Amino acid sequence: MTKHDLRGLTRRQLLSRGMAAGTLAITGAGFIAAPNAAWALEVAVISPEQMATLLQMARDIYPHDKVPDQYYAVAVKGYDAEDRKDMVAAGIAELDSAAKAMGHASYLAAGWEEDRVKVLQSIETGPFFQTVRSGLVTGLYNQKEVWPIFGYQGESFSQGGYIERGFNDIYWL
Amino acid sequence: MATFDLNDDSVVVIIGTGAGGGVLANELAQKGVKVVALEAGGRYLPEDYINDEWESFGQLAWLDARTTSGDWRVAKDFSGLPAWIVKAVGGTTTHWAGASLRFQDHEWKALSNYGAVEGANLLDWPIDGAEMAPWYEKAETKLGVTRTGDRAGLPGNNNYLVFEKGAKALGYTEVHTGRMAINSADYDGRLACQQTGFCFQGCKWGAKWSAAYTDIPAGEATGNLEVRDRSHVAKILHDESGKVTAVEYFDKDGVKQTQKARIVCVAGNTIESPRLLLNSASEMFPNGLANSSDQVGRNYMRHVTGSVYAVFDKPVKMWRGTTMAGIMQDEAIHKPDRGFVGGYELETLALGLPFMAAFLNPGGWGRSFTTALDSYENMAGMWIVGEDMPQTTNRITLHPEQKDQFGLAIPNVHFDDHPNDIAMRNHAYQQGIAMYEAVGATRAFPTPPYPSTHNLGTNRMSERPEDGVCNKWGQTHDIANLFISDGSQFTTGAAENPTLTIVALAIRQADHIAKEMAAGTI
Ligand SMILES: Cc1cc2nc3c(=O)[nH]c(=O)nc-3n(C[C@H](O)[C@H](O)[C@H](O)COP(=O)(O)OP(=O)(O)OC[C@H]3O[C@@H](n4cnc5c(N)ncnc54)[C@H](O)[C@@H]3O)c2cc1C
Ligand code: SF4
Repeated sequence: MTKHDLRGLTRRQLLSRGMAAGTLAITGAGFIAAPNAAWALEVAVISPEQMATLLQMARDIYPHDKVPDQYYAVAVKGYDAEDRKDMVAAGIAELDSAAKAMGHASYLAAGWEEDRVKVLQSIETGPFFQTVRSGLVTGLYNQKEVWPIFGYQGESFSQGGYIERGFNDIYWL
Repeated sequence: MATFDLNDDSVVVIIGTGAGGGVLANELAQKGVKVVALEAGGRYLPEDYINDEWESFGQLAWLDARTTSGDWRVAKDFSGLPAWIVKAVGGTTTHWAGASLRFQDHEWKALSNYGAVEGANLLDWPIDGAEMAPWYEKAETKLGVTRTGDRAGLPGNNNYLVFEKGAKALGYTEVHTGRMAINSADYDGRLACQQTGFCFQGCKWGAKWSAAYTDIPAGEATGNLEVRDRSHVAKILHDESGKVTAVEYFDKDGVKQTQKARIVCVAGNTIESPRLLLNSASEMFPNGLANSSDQVGRNYMRHVTGSVYAVFDKPVKMWRGTTMAGIMQDEAIHKPDRGFVGGYELETLALGLPFMAAFLNPGGWGRSFTTALDSYENMAGMWIVGEDMPQTTNRITLHPEQKDQFGLAIPNVHFDDHPNDIAMRNHAYQQGIAMYEAVGATRAFPTPPYPSTHNLGTNRMSERPEDGVCNKWGQTHDIANLFISDGSQFTTGAAENPTLTIVALAIRQADHIAKEMAAGTI
């Protein structure tokens, strides 16, 4: 089993960084997985490296340090599809060449978010970036599982609303 | 429930069952008039409503193809979705927040009171506040509007309490939890508000008034009203004398039907109503029905809107409780030294996380955007609603090539902000931000307008036939048995949320139509 790390870090360094941004591992042919094995994503059509790039893009476009990778993975896993693989390949090629023009080996190889954001800014008006970004608006924020991370409580009808559960409980005014 | 024959030419046909059409249908049925209401959308009742923003949107929103043009930001951010409107029995009253305000007297006469404004096609309404007062009272009673009659106000939720404190800190005095078509106590067989916080998704308790579960079933119970849902009207037909005689529609199964009519009332909301008149062009009326003035589709208004959200160092939890029960009215006056004519209201508004992500700064990304959402729990929000300027070039036209699922030309919605609109919006942003800063906001966001929720003006009322499409009864100047019954008949938009006025006009129009039918004049 070959293990790739993302930014030239060793596997051990990766593990030691736990679930911090961008620390997923590409594990073998068809998988990318969190280093702590909290989740894994099987890819069937696109390559694990491409999926890792999409995942990093998602994190850099909508960075929430409190939101674990697995939710970003869910948001981009739809790109692992026959009818999208050409778009993904072309888009990532464009992204990587923009990164190279800025002196990075690839988009993923740029270590600082700031640097990757500059790469993204250089392609942000293009269709690939716009597709990924607009897809994330619902793909990421409409996952019920991420709502509690932001404090949002979702529906309340099943609990009788907030009439007796704090609709006016503000304490600091 | 009544059923009427397709060849029954004694019925009044109403197109659309929202605030205008739904109320008109019931009011006519109560008076013994036979009504066939054709509604493009399906039937959904409180048990069907989904308290999840996107799922509910998918269930209820009007998603037929539309295009946009003009310099408004919506054309860039939501190019295929100029307006947020419902396609369902009950129309957009399923989605609406319930804010129910009367126009102020001076707003009925915008041209006289503001004077001519360059680039604006201002006009006085052919009616005024005194004429409308009794109809407003009937509308408030029907909707159970709080703070009118003897109905108490709603309690303030967290979002309101922040808003109120900020407004009062700036010295504003007209600040309260709004005049809302939401029950503060059980009323008209419906429950009091349970503060669940999904008013925009359809009230599952029925505490908010919606035509879907009040006027529509009440009308049906008379035996005089037949509502045909999933029936999309394609064309209004007329005879050689120029009177309308029937409408063509696609039924539930997509089959084309023709319903005869004695009178036709158009209430498809401000984009669909002019589209239908334009799509009904004939040899006799090559520019569309009731369009001798060339005003059909023009003067499209959407209110000056925008939102201000702000984050604080401690939790607000604005999503709890009513979506819009909070208002500051001190700026809703005409005071030109602010740099614009007309006025605006500020109203509390909360969005859930999914909609906040889509609407806070459409197209925005990166940390500036995401750190705002990271503080979602500590966020408060308000909405601007102000009078915008009617402009002849802001208009609904038929797309030259694109067709909808029935092969009908789709509408293009063109809108450019008028300088008065921009000046007003900037003033409102500044005041809204100041309100939140007065309560300790650490960051504020002047959020651009959403797809239009208040769509007005495209078949406007006018005294003279050359200035507009319909007269003071909503009757078209050109065709005596064709009426406009929705928000498209607005001559100007005023600063107030429009629905109470749409409802009051519908009650008044029903009274007029029934009298004229009895007198045999139409
Ligand atoms: C999220 C939201 C919040 C709002 N909050 C408020 C508020 O607090 N206060 C306020 O005053 N207003 C509010 N509004 C606006 C309010 O809902 C509208 O002003 C009002 O419903 C418009 O009434 P209408 O009769 O013109 O159209 P609608 O209520 O939209 O009804 C039009 C109906 O016609 C049907 N139709 C269209 N074309 C055809 C056709 N060809 N054949 C058959 N049927 C057709 C549609 O499906 C629809 O059901 C809000 C709107 C939204 C979206
Ligand atoms: S907050 Fe009140 S009015 Fe709004 S949906 Fe809930 S119960 Fe209905």
